[in-house]
Amino acid sequence: MGHDQKYVDKKYEVVGERFNRPDGIDKVTGKARYGADASAPGQLVGRVLRSPHAHAQILKINTAKAEKLPGVKSVVTFEDMPDLTGGDQGLADILENCMARGRALYDGHAVAAVAAVDEQTAAQALKLIDVKYKKLPHVTDVDEAMLESAPVIHDRIITRGVEPAPTKPSNISARTQMGYGDVDAGFAEADVIVEKTYKTEQTHQGYIEPHACLASVNPDGTAELWVTTQGHFVFRNVCASLLGLDIAKLKVTSSEIGGGFGGKTHVWGEPVALALSRKANRPVKLVMGRDEVFRGTGPTSSTSIDVKMGAKKDGTITAAVAELRYQGGAFPGNWAMLACMTAFACYDIKNNKSIGWDVVVNRPKVAAYRAPSAPMAAFAVESTIDVLAREIGMAPIDVRLKNVAREGTVAPYGPTYGPIGIEHTLKAVKDHPHMRAKLKKNQGRGVACGFWFNIGGQTCTDLNIGVDGTVNLTLGTVDVGGSRSSMAMIAAEELGIPYEQVRANIADTTSLGHNDMTEGSRGTFSSGMATIFAARDAIGVLKERAAKMWGVPVDDVVWEKGQAVATGKGHGNLPPLSLKEIAAKSGRTGGPIAGHNEVVADGAGMGFASHICDVEVDPETGRSTIVRYTVVQDAGKAINPDYVEGQFQGGATQGIGWALNEEYIYGDDGRLQNPGFLDYRIPVCSDLPFIDTKILEVPNPLHPYGIRGVGETSIVPPLAAVGNAIANATGVRMTHAPMSPPRVLAAIDERAHAG
Amino acid sequence: MKGHMRVSLSSTLQLADGPGRTVEVQAETIAEVMASLTDRYPSFQQLLDRGVAVSIDGQIFRDDWTQRIPLGAEVFLIPRIEGG
Repeated sequence: MGHDQKYVDKKYEVVGERFNRPDGIDKVTGKARYGADASAPGQLVGRVLRSPHAHAQILKINTAKAEKLPGVKSVVTFEDMPDLTGGDQGLADILENCMARGRALYDGHAVAAVAAVDEQTAAQALKLIDVKYKKLPHVTDVDEAMLESAPVIHDRIITRGVEPAPTKPSNISARTQMGYGDVDAGFAEADVIVEKTYKTEQTHQGYIEPHACLASVNPDGTAELWVTTQGHFVFRNVCASLLGLDIAKLKVTSSEIGGGFGGKTHVWGEPVALALSRKANRPVKLVMGRDEVFRGTGPTSSTSIDVKMGAKKDGTITAAVAELRYQGGAFPGNWAMLACMTAFACYDIKNNKSIGWDVVVNRPKVAAYRAPSAPMAAFAVESTIDVLAREIGMAPIDVRLKNVAREGTVAPYGPTYGPIGIEHTLKAVKDHPHMRAKLKKNQGRGVACGFWFNIGGQTCTDLNIGVDGTVNLTLGTVDVGGSRSSMAMIAAEELGIPYEQVRANIADTTSLGHNDMTEGSRGTFSSGMATIFAARDAIGVLKERAAKMWGVPVDDVVWEKGQAVATGKGHGNLPPLSLKEIAAKSGRTGGPIAGHNEVVADGAGMGFASHICDVEVDPETGRSTIVRYTVVQDAGKAINPDYVEGQFQGGATQGIGWALNEEYIYGDDGRLQNPGFLDYRIPVCSDLPFIDTKILEVPNPLHPYGIRGVGETSIVPPLAAVGNAIANATGVRMTHAPMSPPRVLAAIDERAHAG
Repeated sequence: MKGHMRVSLSSTLQLADGPGRTVEVQAETIAEVMASLTDRYPSFQQLLDRGVAVSIDGQIFRDDWTQRIPLGAEVFLIPRIEGG
């Protein structure tokens, strides 16, 4: 049954209120079951042996001693995971990343794995695996990797996007160029031109729950996987492809998830756990340690970015150019391309050009991290706008408003924008009391903007009404931020019943059709749409049953406020039938009452945000303390404002951590020096003030409720907002993130010595 | 009914033997646009394998190729985006 996804303005009874999440009690009482909380009879402990080298040829792996150790039930290497990818290079990269094939490409790359009866035996077995390496030259820095003198990591990489095509391989996998207009003419028009170079360091999503799974493969080809993931259906498909299993025979159940932020959209240890189980013919539980999470999963890119912008004295930006160099770890990615698409997306700049360079280095394969690639580009562009504003003597907020993108602006990546909310967020920032609050000594205030696309995707939802009138809503998008509550609210809204009457659950992969990942801020947008349509399907059934109960034509029945109402001549004296009354009779009117929907939810509205940051910088230590922070973002429509605010606050917090502390530090040997939360410092509650939020609602025209994704955009502005605040507090412009105390102090000292 | 439309392609979707920056096609849906381009430019399949999304009047359609394209709409092909 077709449904119209166009936005319709309406008054809501449930949507927009604040309800407790259905998973709340389990989580606060410790009953919730995460990735490591599953067990099976006879399960083994899986452990992974990882390369200690940044780049090395694997000459030989001798597993004989480990296999003979009592209690060891299986040992796997790449030979136990044959290449079944059939020429799909992307899938082949995933396979090679899960288990090295002839070469270790980064410190932490998996080279073998064991399954044993207990932790001690597994650890001992790892020590008995003899790997003969031949160390190869390595490179971990994005700029160094682009040099002709750099060791070439993959002979197969010929830079894409360059004409004529290079004849020799290099570490540059692709060149991207975007934009329009004549930037030279634009700079010629400018009264002021600013050029800056920026660097950002590699960060990890920092989810508290490490990767964990329980895998069980049977000799008949059936298998089960319990796993912490952002998308169990996609994990099922990828694991089945890599291991040669039938999709329908691999049942994947998503556990509760202790954070993902993009890092749990990729498989890492899951195919290895399945391979261990298949060989041992017993269930295998594989839980990563924190050092493995840092070394062996997917952080974000480190970058190096040049920005040049020119403006007239009235604030009009006449031209903008960015050159963005992003490393994707040991395998090619499209991270710089995403940066090109987002760098100038908040603005209407008639002459703009972005050039992106995607580069491979000897670091872990980069994974998405909340609005992937956008925060680094925004750090460079939004910092430069502040410098430009200072040069022409305008308030930075006014320069942003002068050049803001609106409906009808041509986006830097080509199309013309429909209705978007960036101007609304900037105006709300300008009018916010935070902007007028007085600052104390050593304090400064910064503003920055951010953009992210948001996506939709395949979604499938079931809604089943019990005989007591309570409703089970069965979803396939993993709940990473409170979506079960939001979906239950949407179902209640449509059916016209109280929120408490609906229970939302996440189904395993055998119970529902395919659902794409919870990524790209799509959960509430996509499952929200499918839930609306499934509820409307159910309402159609409810009306049919009421018509049968009354003995009237179904066309004479309407659904109003949770009950069927008979309309038309002769039916005026029929009392309405409530959902509960209809459900109670369902066994005698045709059986269970259900609604169902499968949809490709497309047309996700874009997300825009503007942030205000106040920082205090200790001039003696260079330590920056966030003293006040405000997020203003367009949500399209906030279903449950609590969880929208939570997304805003969480994204801002991660961005602040990136801005001030978080950083992968590699030694000259190419090994990661700080794979733990002691030396890799993420913000904790005591580091931050309460983060204030303001939700704007500019409806998305292609969602029935106007929903836009909200999960990612809020991580985009903080790097620049913090940098701009530090510049205003100290007079020093920081161009290297994180702006950690040693870097800020060095910059302050350098300026002092320069006089 | 199939309409005549101009389809623009992002600079990242350029191939030496591809459609170029703009191309005229007769189509009613996204699927028909893609089929037309693949028929005329076999190398376009390489781009589809890497991922192509379609912006119709500024709204991005990433997956639903049954989407109908209104007459006179701005149609822009861009790389297919994923998120975190």
